[in-house]
Amino acid sequence: MADLRINIHQLHFKNPVTTASGTFGFGEEYDDFMDLDLLGGFFTKGLTLKNREGNDYPRMAETASGMLNAVGLQNKGIDYFINGTYPRIKDYDTHIIANINGSTIEEYVEVAEKLNELEKVPAIELNISCPNVKEGGMLFGTSCPSAVAVTQAIREVYKKTLIVKLSPNVTDIAEIAKAVEGAGADAVSLINTLLGMAVNAETRKPVLSTVTGGLSGPAIKPVALRMVWQVFNAVNVPVFGIGGIMSATDAIEFMLAGASAIQVGTASFIDPQISIKIIDGINQYLDKNGIKSVNEIIGALEI
Amino acid sequence: MPMTKVIADHEIVDIRIPANGHLFVTLKSPVDIPTVFPGNFAELHIAKSPEVFLRRPFGILDVDYEKRLISFYVKIVGKGTRELAKSKQGEKLNVIYPLGNSFTVSEKDKEVLIVGGGSGIATFILLGKSLKQNNVKATYLIGGRAKEDILLTNELKKFGQVLISTEDGSLGEKGFVTDHSIFKPGNFGFDKIYTCGPEPMMKAVGEIAHKHKIECEVSLENMMACGFGVCLCCVTETKDGNQRVCMEGPVFNTGTLQWFS
Repeated sequence: MADLRINIHQLHFKNPVTTASGTFGFGEEYDDFMDLDLLGGFFTKGLTLKNREGNDYPRMAETASGMLNAVGLQNKGIDYFINGTYPRIKDYDTHIIANINGSTIEEYVEVAEKLNELEKVPAIELNISCPNVKEGGMLFGTSCPSAVAVTQAIREVYKKTLIVKLSPNVTDIAEIAKAVEGAGADAVSLINTLLGMAVNAETRKPVLSTVTGGLSGPAIKPVALRMVWQVFNAVNVPVFGIGGIMSATDAIEFMLAGASAIQVGTASFIDPQISIKIIDGINQYLDKNGIKSVNEIIGALEI
Repeated sequence: MPMTKVIADHEIVDIRIPANGHLFVTLKSPVDIPTVFPGNFAELHIAKSPEVFLRRPFGILDVDYEKRLISFYVKIVGKGTRELAKSKQGEKLNVIYPLGNSFTVSEKDKEVLIVGGGSGIATFILLGKSLKQNNVKATYLIGGRAKEDILLTNELKKFGQVLISTEDGSLGEKGFVTDHSIFKPGNFGFDKIYTCGPEPMMKAVGEIAHKHKIECEVSLENMMACGFGVCLCCVTETKDGNQRVCMEGPVFNTGTLQWFS
């Protein structure tokens, strides 16, 4: 058994496998399938200040080796999370990381301030990369000044580990990563979904109610790997690698490219037990190759 | 921690296409099958092509707990079901079930009407069994374009009278299900309607129930990515906001939906 423990900022993770926001609900939905305590951590569904109903149906389109979604941050709001959901999930023995969103900087700040109080939420993931909302979301994450402004504002009020989730829908993701690092991010996570669309040739209509949506799944893995590698080479803070991870081999590839930890996303829809299988697979890979600690493979890409 | 859902590879023990576009699949479970309620569905991982990336949800047709068999009636309508139809006996499919809520059956009801079309009738066998156990008299009304579309009537007859309507009049009464004479004043005396099928049909049936001021339960078939409540893709508008068809549904009381407001 290899040592799977890794650190992100001040946080110790029992292994590098976490699950991505928007694909894991609030954890409890997976109780029927797995022991959540085995995970390094999980990222909650995106939270906003107030209840959001999200976008109209249809919100999903299957694509080759992937899917588009246009959910639009449907959630019951931060107060419901704190008073309704949190008491039910706080005793999982894994890191619960809250993914936060806002239409304005003030909204982001208010959500982050409320999360300071939650003992069992040791970190937040600042989502400045949601492609499916009209206001806020990706608009903050696609230019350096706005990414800096929101990150700085959160840094001033949020005391614990701050992870910033980056959008791939930019010309140079390394620039944005450097900018949020400078603004106080303790880690970055990438990539969020790639903006895409699907068309129905018979009806001549877009498949999604919002016309465009976010592409995820193994279709985006090569793009995600490239971006993780670019960001790893540009910043000093740790990187969470995300994008089409379906197996332990995929996870290891992301770690070799520079990710200190990974998030399993869309794969959980197809196999709700996949994250546990990935933990086992990473361990087997390390044992097979005589590697004592998973830390030895982070950024170990040989060029 | 108890895991209440089955997620396992199941062997295909029978796969048949009795009529063009209609598929019956029976799977053998490696584990004991938990109680399946009428309206519950399963997510099948077809996994034969990168074009069919996600699982597919199908209503559960029938279960043999002793032999550990679970069966499905599927209409071949898209790329997923076309790939499923190419599967062969002996192959394995990974399946998750039972998912979703179920039809509510009340022993207080004396007589109910069950209206369906297409693969919407898949859950009517288990519903019929449950109604029979609760001494509720069931009448089925099954619709389709032509007689070739009308399947399962012999099985459904075990649980109640079966009425048929076809658009071309090749079997039963001619017209849509909602044109059937059972809805004529004097003929209609039901305590509740259950319906599953194409959405326009369900809406028309729901409207009849609404007019007669009786309860109506519909089973929706929205597209889903996961089937167990996390992707939030399959939502339908209800009086309590957007709800997940895979968790709060697939069965909804039409009174909670935004259909007749």
